[in-house]
Amino acid sequence: MPTFVYMTRCDGCGNCVDICPSDIMHIDTVTRRAYNIEPNMCWECYSCVKACPHQAIDVRGYADFAPLGHSVRVKRDEEKGLIAWRIKFRNGKKDIDLLAPITTKPWGTAIPQLRDAEPPSQVQRDSQLLFNEPKYIRFDDGDLHTLESNGLKLKEGVYY
Amino acid sequence: MIHNPFAELSMLISPAVMQAYVVLMIILVAGGTILDMLHKRSAEYFFANAKKAQAGAKREVTSAEKIGLAVQTVANEVLTSSEFCNVNRRISHLFTMYGFIIFVVTSAILIFAYPTPDVAAPVMLTFLWHLGALSLCVGGYWFWFSIRVDVAAEGKNWYQISGRGDIFILGLLSTATFGLLWSFAQQAGAGVLTNLLFALFVISATVLFGTVYWSKLAHMFFKPAAAFQKKVTKADGTRENLPAEYDPSDPAVHERFPDIKEYMGSNPPNMGLGISREAPRHY
Repeated sequence: MPTFVYMTRCDGCGNCVDICPSDIMHIDTVTRRAYNIEPNMCWECYSCVKACPHQAIDVRGYADFAPLGHSVRVKRDEEKGLIAWRIKFRNGKKDIDLLAPITTKPWGTAIPQLRDAEPPSQVQRDSQLLFNEPKYIRFDDGDLHTLESNGLKLKEGVYY
Repeated sequence: MIHNPFAELSMLISPAVMQAYVVLMIILVAGGTILDMLHKRSAEYFFANAKKAQAGAKREVTSAEKIGLAVQTVANEVLTSSEFCNVNRRISHLFTMYGFIIFVVTSAILIFAYPTPDVAAPVMLTFLWHLGALSLCVGGYWFWFSIRVDVAAEGKNWYQISGRGDIFILGLLSTATFGLLWSFAQQAGAGVLTNLLFALFVISATVLFGTVYWSKLAHMFFKPAAAFQKKVTKADGTRENLPAEYDPSDPAVHERFPDIKEYMGSNPPNMGLGISREAPRHY
């Protein structure tokens, strides 16, 4: 179900307007607050919810990952490089916090310098493979990579 | 710039009428705000929401703590408009807000305490009246000609009025502008022009205070209430269902969320600003 805006929290900064991939978050010209102009075109990507500096945007979620009436709220902290989610069931008995990193290096310091990369040769251009494909999926770096060859083990359940 | 425009006005209009007008405006603001609350049921929603939040509270917030939070709200959200992310909007809001308060308060003092030329008003008071109106004009016109054009960004230019939303700002701007012009015209002895500007000043002020029900003047009451409630929900642990604040260098956080330490190390640096590096102005 689509996003909606808490009018007392919104200050009309326009971050959601900028980030919405469907271009459906607009600033209301009467109240100067953001609102979803086309709720049925919203596919709940949560971009605006995460970008809002006041946590003024919320979503009434479907029952696909928690029973109806739940609350899923998020706080994205760029400076700490963390994103925190809180999922709370309608009766309040299930109340989970989740935390994950969104970057491991300061923002803007690890942008790949694609301009400096070697341009593809004619052979590469004629090949069915995409640019840098064998190298980037590491098929030409030793043998086929598996969990075992990389010293990893498959863990049960969701790793948290 | 330092004369008392109301003293000269008393030749034309008796002080009692001026005072009655001020009282009427106060009644209109209070009445408009109450009608607005009843119609939108905003107060009902606000208290129901606060009650719901309290039911899910993880700890009790004491009265002393609540007083502390109220003081914090006044110091940050009310006095310094801290909730604005956009620095220009914040400065413009401060100019407008302080200008409005000074202008309204000094007007009331001048009308009630120094309405006739017999008792000269202190120079400081009349100076503040003019300064308040000027500050209101600076903040307001900055908003109207620069910030509003940018923030609204819905193809609204300065000459386009978008209905109810603009009653408030236009009311403020016209009241302060005509007030100042009226005072200057009076000083210059402009005769009919003075009366015309005074009429425009009174019409503007009546529109500003009489349209509270439709405009957003009432935000001075509900914004601080909402900011205070937000602080209370943070203190009692409900946080409006938002997750807690986590410190990525805290061992307790590493214990609970092992992949934070695994991917970010035990003491991750400040990552700086990501999408916030650019101001939102692409729309």
